[in-house]
Amino acid sequence: MTFESILFNKTVEGANEVSSEAPAFFVDLNLNQIIDAITADRDIYNLQPFFYTPLHSEDAIQYRHENMQELKNENLMAAIKSFAENMVVIRRYLALSEKLIYKNFKEGWFLEAAKLYCETISSLVHDLSLMDLNSRGFLAFRDYLTKYTGTDSFTGLVTDTKKLSADFSVVKYSLHINGLTVRVRKYEGETDFSVEVEQSFEKFKQGTVKDYRTKLRELSDVNDVEARILDFVAKLYPEIFAGLDSFYEQHNHFVNETISVFDREVQFYVAYLEFISKFKPAGLNFCYPQISSVSKEVNDSEGFDLALANKLISEGSSVVYNDFYLKDKERIFVVSGPNQGGKTTFARMFGQLHYLASLGCPVPGKEARLFLSDNLFTHFEKMEDIKDLRGKLQDDLVRMHEILGQATPNSIIIINEILTSTTLQDAIFLSKKVIEKIIGLDLLCVWVTFVEELSTCNEKTVSMVSTVNPENPAVSIFKVIRKPADGLSYAIAIAEKHHLTYKSLQERIKS
Amino acid sequence: MKVFLMYKDHDFDVQQELPWNEPELTQDLELDTLFNAMALGDYYLQDAVKKVIFAGLKDGQDSILYRQSILKDCLKNPVIVRNLYKIAEDAMETKQKNHWGWLLENSNPAYVMSVSVGALQMFVGSMKQLRALADEHADKFESDGFKTLFAMIKKELDAPYFTLIQNHLRRLEFHHGILIGAELGRGNEGTNYILRKPLDKKLNLMQRLFTKKSPVYSFRIETRDEGGSKALEELRNKGIKSAVNAVAQSADHIDSFFSMLRFELGFYVGCLNLHEQLMKISEPASFPEPAAVNERQHAFSGLYDICLALTVKRKVVSNDVNADKKDLVIITGANQGGKSTFLRSIGLSQMMMQCGMFTPAETFTANVCDGLFTHFKREEDITMESGKLDEELKRTSRIVDRLTLNSMVLFNESFAATNEREGSEIARQITMGLVEKGIKVFFVTHQYEFAHGLYDRKMVNAIFLRADREADGTRTYKLSTGEPLQTSYGEDLYKRIFVSEKT
Repeated sequence: MTFESILFNKTVEGANEVSSEAPAFFVDLNLNQIIDAITADRDIYNLQPFFYTPLHSEDAIQYRHENMQELKNENLMAAIKSFAENMVVIRRYLALSEKLIYKNFKEGWFLEAAKLYCETISSLVHDLSLMDLNSRGFLAFRDYLTKYTGTDSFTGLVTDTKKLSADFSVVKYSLHINGLTVRVRKYEGETDFSVEVEQSFEKFKQGTVKDYRTKLRELSDVNDVEARILDFVAKLYPEIFAGLDSFYEQHNHFVNETISVFDREVQFYVAYLEFISKFKPAGLNFCYPQISSVSKEVNDSEGFDLALANKLISEGSSVVYNDFYLKDKERIFVVSGPNQGGKTTFARMFGQLHYLASLGCPVPGKEARLFLSDNLFTHFEKMEDIKDLRGKLQDDLVRMHEILGQATPNSIIIINEILTSTTLQDAIFLSKKVIEKIIGLDLLCVWVTFVEELSTCNEKTVSMVSTVNPENPAVSIFKVIRKPADGLSYAIAIAEKHHLTYKSLQERIKS
Repeated sequence: MKVFLMYKDHDFDVQQELPWNEPELTQDLELDTLFNAMALGDYYLQDAVKKVIFAGLKDGQDSILYRQSILKDCLKNPVIVRNLYKIAEDAMETKQKNHWGWLLENSNPAYVMSVSVGALQMFVGSMKQLRALADEHADKFESDGFKTLFAMIKKELDAPYFTLIQNHLRRLEFHHGILIGAELGRGNEGTNYILRKPLDKKLNLMQRLFTKKSPVYSFRIETRDEGGSKALEELRNKGIKSAVNAVAQSADHIDSFFSMLRFELGFYVGCLNLHEQLMKISEPASFPEPAAVNERQHAFSGLYDICLALTVKRKVVSNDVNADKKDLVIITGANQGGKSTFLRSIGLSQMMMQCGMFTPAETFTANVCDGLFTHFKREEDITMESGKLDEELKRTSRIVDRLTLNSMVLFNESFAATNEREGSEIARQITMGLVEKGIKVFFVTHQYEFAHGLYDRKMVNAIFLRADREADGTRTYKLSTGEPLQTSYGEDLYKRIFVSEKT
């Protein structure tokens, strides 16, 4: 088994080209917010292109599902994370070594990088060897890595690094600084003065105080004085430093390219899993959806708008989730109802779920079946052009026409409050015309509209209604459901809401 | 060296957070009046008494009795205690005046060193003062807390110790250069810099005779080489850093000893201040008898609202109640009949007892509680009635989240923001829910259906108090036990305010 990529199953997908631009619908669906949040703090990996490039086959998605699920193994995740952290440090050491002009420091940082590289690769191989792996991606990677660590170039690097490190650990020297004169010689057994000071004041210890040691930071730029001292230390220990010179010559470019690529690509999974892990404490679920490029019977239970949830969770607010399903001939959700924010959220959620699924990622919800579309189109009302009503209506129709021109029966269209810049009569007429075309294409669609008539015009349409909870007007997002909710009686209902009835108190106060 | 004037075996945690409901307690019990009377405008004392009084809500019988005996010592020797406090106060203020308190995390080590050595020299002076005061007055104190403190000062701060410290401080001035030990760390950068004590001169000579001489290489920075001398200074700093840590931490330790001494004594000085004011207006101050947390005791005579007395600066109405073995105290009766004042005096006396203070009463006994909560009607906030009830319940729920089984909750006209039937039902469910768990509840209410409904249940663990009025409508502001009555005499108030509209 050969290994090339942890993200793309190349035997199936062929050469994959990643897109460096976000798809057009990103802003409408708030996917840009989601991807920004996922890739935040990971600029060095440049992960965005992976998130801009949906997959087009069920197997390619399956390949990612396997790898991502494999990472649920905490040991594997921990191993990958520590590998990644070390790779960052290795690259930083190498960059530093490159930059330095003082030979002994340049070679010193090079040795440091090599040392960490050997440790990192060895411990990754060791960790992986103890694991019961099942995914094609990680199995192939493990094979590759095992072979690599058996090569002469790697074992030679390990041996040389170990020897040099051991040599350097015995170097101990003293500096005497008096005025502008510095003397350098080997250590002769003088005692630590700070220990004595510490002991004589120990009786006053009152618990923890500031640690001045860690806070007085060491300046990492080496300077001329330090370089001169190091040159003297090299004279005190000539053989050890000669060994370092030849090590630097021999082991140039020791980082393996395939491992480098893996290091970047695996962050796609790590970033995503890390991002979704913060939703779990809030009781929000993610699941690996069943993906089909044939069946349009989609569903999701307890799904939510990931961008909104991300915002609400950081504010400590709770998130309302929604269920949906389409069965048999049903294709189109017509979402209407009170104008309080739940409708757009529902529409975005539907789009996000399908897009995230096409990336091979787990999606919001407890259980989901989603459709692998060939393309996703959004048409959201824009705020501009309030003066030019005719212009806007025209724009809406032009855009709609474009979409319908490009869409195939395997596309998904999400429409949010369009055709509002005209009379109701007109809106009904135009909407019906458009929906007929959509019905004709037999594609999946969510349409948020005030034109309730759309919801009953065909067996393919399903009515979804946003609801407002009269008892709890403080919460600004509401469920979108197939049936409206009932009201509740007043004061005791409020007490119930706060869990302050006699019964709830008995449960809340622990004996 | 430990102060231990708050607890027998540990320091007061100065960093602890005030209870989450500190703003509510402060507002509802008018605690600022109490804090001001104790601090007399001194911000430091204000902070200290505030922290100790709130922390008392987590303390038990032991610390109460421990502090009571210390406070008795203070009341007997007010001048000496104030002098002792002044030593600590002066030390801390000298430190601040010299900006020693503001070492930044990445200050230059040489600077930290000289500042710390300076601070240590100053502290040596304060320690000598402490020692002198202990020598002169220790025998006048009887409490465990003070006896232990003085004995420790005498034992630890003796003449040889002062000499040792001064020798160290002299050496740290580095008149003969500085000797640094080092190793090679990552990237061959020097690391593990340690300040070393040069070998004794004689020993050094012997070593020279018997050990093989290792080579010494040296170089000198040009006087005009600014970068070089800066680098050298950095290196020197790295070298003294290990010692700087030890010296600065030592200074911090002594600093925190004096700071702790100032803080813990500050509380007692606050008590002295308060006591003097109460004596001036002839209000009683007595040491309470705390009962165990799981008992239910609450009996007192002459209990008054100390904040009211401090505000009007004269004796105020007091109450006598025996509510031993009761979990529920319902207070009903006349408007402006002293109900809220009484409820405040309950909260205040509990807090004062628990932090080890005297209580504003002739006699006072109560069990310790492990949480004190107030739920007072808020007039302001929201205009919508539904919103207001919602807000009240939200506050209640926050309290319930923190309730422990030996908590005490003071409700003042709660859940009246709806019609009486619904309000009473909510109040009843909540009150019974709490009381049946053993939580002590004081409830001031106008809601007849609620109060009388509970009265009819003839609960052995409930007591009903009523704010009385004379036959002519004037208030005595005294409470007596009695069945809740149908009206709260709001009509009186109405008459007084709208008298011109009546025929």
